[in-house]
Amino acid sequence: MANKFCRHLRVGLAGGLIIVLALVTGKPAFAEKVKRGATFTVASDTEYRSINPAIVASNGVFFIASKIVEPLAEMDYETGLRPVLATKWQGSKDGLSITFTLRKGVTWHDGKPFTSADVAFSAMKVWKPLQNLGRTIFANLESVDTPDKSTAVFRFSKPTPLQLIENALPAVSAVLPKHRYEGTDIKNNPLNAAPIGTGPFTFGEHKPGEFYRLDRNPNYWDKGKPYLDRIVYRVMPDAGAKAAALETGDIQLTAFSAVPLIEMARLDAIKGISVIRGGYEGITYHIVLEINHRRKELANPLVRQALRHAIDSKFIVDVVFLGFANASTGPVPSTATDFYTKDVPMYAFDTNRAEELLDKAGYPRDADGKRFSLKLRPAPWFQMTRDTGDYVRQALQKVGIDVKLVTADPGGHIRAVYKEHDFDLSIGSPVWRNDPAISTTILFQGGLPAGVPFANQYGYDDQEMNSLIARAARELNRNARIKLYHDFQRKVTEDLPILNLVDFTFITVARDEVRNVSNNPRWATSSWADTWIDQ
Amino acid sequence: MLLRFIGNRVWQALPVVLIVAVGVFFLLEMAEGDAVDAYFATTGAGDAGLAAQLREQYGLADSIGTRFLTYMTRLATLDLGYSVAFSRPVTEVIASRLPVTLMLMGTSILVSGSLGVLLGGIASWRRGRPTDAGITVSALVFNAMPGFWLGLLGIILFAVKLRWLPLGGIGTIGADLSGLESLLDTVRHLVLPVMTLAITYLALYVRLMRAAMNEAADSGWALAARARGLPESKIVLRHMARPALLPVVTMLGLKAGAMLGGSVVIETVFAIPGLGRLSYEAVTQRDLPLLAAILLAGTLVVVIVNILIDLFYRKLDPRIADTTG
Repeated sequence: MANKFCRHLRVGLAGGLIIVLALVTGKPAFAEKVKRGATFTVASDTEYRSINPAIVASNGVFFIASKIVEPLAEMDYETGLRPVLATKWQGSKDGLSITFTLRKGVTWHDGKPFTSADVAFSAMKVWKPLQNLGRTIFANLESVDTPDKSTAVFRFSKPTPLQLIENALPAVSAVLPKHRYEGTDIKNNPLNAAPIGTGPFTFGEHKPGEFYRLDRNPNYWDKGKPYLDRIVYRVMPDAGAKAAALETGDIQLTAFSAVPLIEMARLDAIKGISVIRGGYEGITYHIVLEINHRRKELANPLVRQALRHAIDSKFIVDVVFLGFANASTGPVPSTATDFYTKDVPMYAFDTNRAEELLDKAGYPRDADGKRFSLKLRPAPWFQMTRDTGDYVRQALQKVGIDVKLVTADPGGHIRAVYKEHDFDLSIGSPVWRNDPAISTTILFQGGLPAGVPFANQYGYDDQEMNSLIARAARELNRNARIKLYHDFQRKVTEDLPILNLVDFTFITVARDEVRNVSNNPRWATSSWADTWIDQ
Repeated sequence: MLLRFIGNRVWQALPVVLIVAVGVFFLLEMAEGDAVDAYFATTGAGDAGLAAQLREQYGLADSIGTRFLTYMTRLATLDLGYSVAFSRPVTEVIASRLPVTLMLMGTSILVSGSLGVLLGGIASWRRGRPTDAGITVSALVFNAMPGFWLGLLGIILFAVKLRWLPLGGIGTIGADLSGLESLLDTVRHLVLPVMTLAITYLALYVRLMRAAMNEAADSGWALAARARGLPESKIVLRHMARPALLPVVTMLGLKAGAMLGGSVVIETVFAIPGLGRLSYEAVTQRDLPLLAAILLAGTLVVVIVNILIDLFYRKLDPRIADTTG
């Protein structure tokens, strides 16, 4: 895990030396004296229907809610997984139960004690039936026993790898107070807009269209923390205005690449502002070319190989991402050191090879130089997905494939691609969430009903692939499981059901007075208990 | 008489409201994707069961006919319903945004109108001279600039470089001001957006006023007034400016509606929580109850503004009262 530290490419010029020393020793080179009591103002893009992270496990919700509601464990550069509300966990040999020992002396923001009953309630009544990710991860969770106030035993109906649950914990295990939710309509509980948790900050105020304010929790279990008095999320929809606000100091940080990449170099050159690349390894995004196998041309493996040869990932990295991305080799990003293998078939950028394959597949150029025509839908939510769409269109036209771009807004795109299958190609951006079984294998698994978003709606259904995914899902042995996922990566890159083009993590832009930025792999969506401002 | 006039106007507005309401429903229905699809786009994961569950919860599971009936009965009983995107009653969402938009729109209409009248008057008075050319040309140049660009330029100059004005929002967050201080704070926040909106619309009023003043200057009544030996100031203000205001006021009324929509961009650039941005969010989130309510609120505002303008006409030109009574 320590090598992930290397990804802090730049934390201010002055900080450089400290970081180098920190790399060597694994500890801060010298402890700067923490200054308490500041208000930390950050930019927020949009507002959410609900900021209950136990129901909506999404980065946008976590950005705000992870400071209020805590998970059982959080990602960490040094240890991989750091205890939060759970201090210890142990899986049984048969993979049918996991025992969590819970932290003692934790209280909810309303003063009531936190106990195993809260964990049992959250797991059975919220994560499993209601949560977007939990509905899959905890599908086999049968019951949660609470032998005493600080022990929760998760019982599964089928063997469940501990490794999967561990990797999922940071995102899926936000614990809600049972005494405030029991007997209410959980989905419509007013607390979903003003959560109560055990976290370092309490919910203060939400002024729609203006800001969210979180206040310091004076009774936080990690004594002495948090260092900040207040966090303010200013709702700023315009990217240009966000960059200006960083310059004036009206906001001190933007996360999730909220400032356009093209502005990064300019902002980085300003004294007092730094562009920081680390802190998102736990939420790596892929840019993929989604392929509709219902088109007969695209069902042909030779054509898909030709597409892979025709698209230059390096060009996407350099031009669309201005270097802030990595060319992908397969469905697992290279930052996921546990699971990644580079021992897979590679497809070099080679337009001649692409043309040969297309000819061989039986689609020669016609009199106009065209082979066939495809409809490409780039996902509209990132500038980078739209730009990649433009590039892919040009790249495929070079090898004789005519491409028509069709765009829609987010709701329209989801409906067209994942429900109505009204696409030939689409630029998508699935998320890598630390374990292939959370949101990666679902992109390749056959037999899903129409209407499941960010999943295999591609008409690809391969027996061998399905059985590989199923075997890995119940493999309890860590190394055997990892080996199966290596096979999975090879199978994906042989079949190319969809094309993994590049992987990227977001970028934070922060003013230098903000300390302890990007110090864990899910920093923007973590608790910020140790963040402080040198003012 | 006045009450009857207002009553008539409200009756006339009803079909407009009806058309808007039906239009909103079918336009959103025609758009690809519904509120659940839009929701999945923000959460990044979901499954078929969850989709069915949410469609049930949002009332999207019924047939289009049933949904249309529910929607229309609700509107008829003035029950605006529950916003899907904001998870709170629509009335609450709108009530928090409407004052901000009214303030922004009202002040910018007033500023652009009065500046336009003043500059147009001056331009006409100095007809054919450099002042005239200067005013008309610069008003046109500002009119040709896109609002968001002008807004960003304003931010860079006045908020980033000079640091005279705040760069967005409608008030200092967490400042806890009271009375006069809070008023001044709001004014400081509104200067840039109001001026941006006002300047982009200025050209229209300058041109209208200038043309109307020119016409008035060449008219028989101005000549007659001059022949009667009235002082020049009185001729300009009472005999020329007053009739010349009529087309300007008409245009102000027409523009009230456009400004409500045109402020989406300005609200976004300046992070102002107004109706423009709200309607944008309502469309992308496929939030039918919210969008319908916003458009109805917008229609209502335009109707009210036009009633006010009609009343103002009667003041400017008493002859109008006899014909529109």
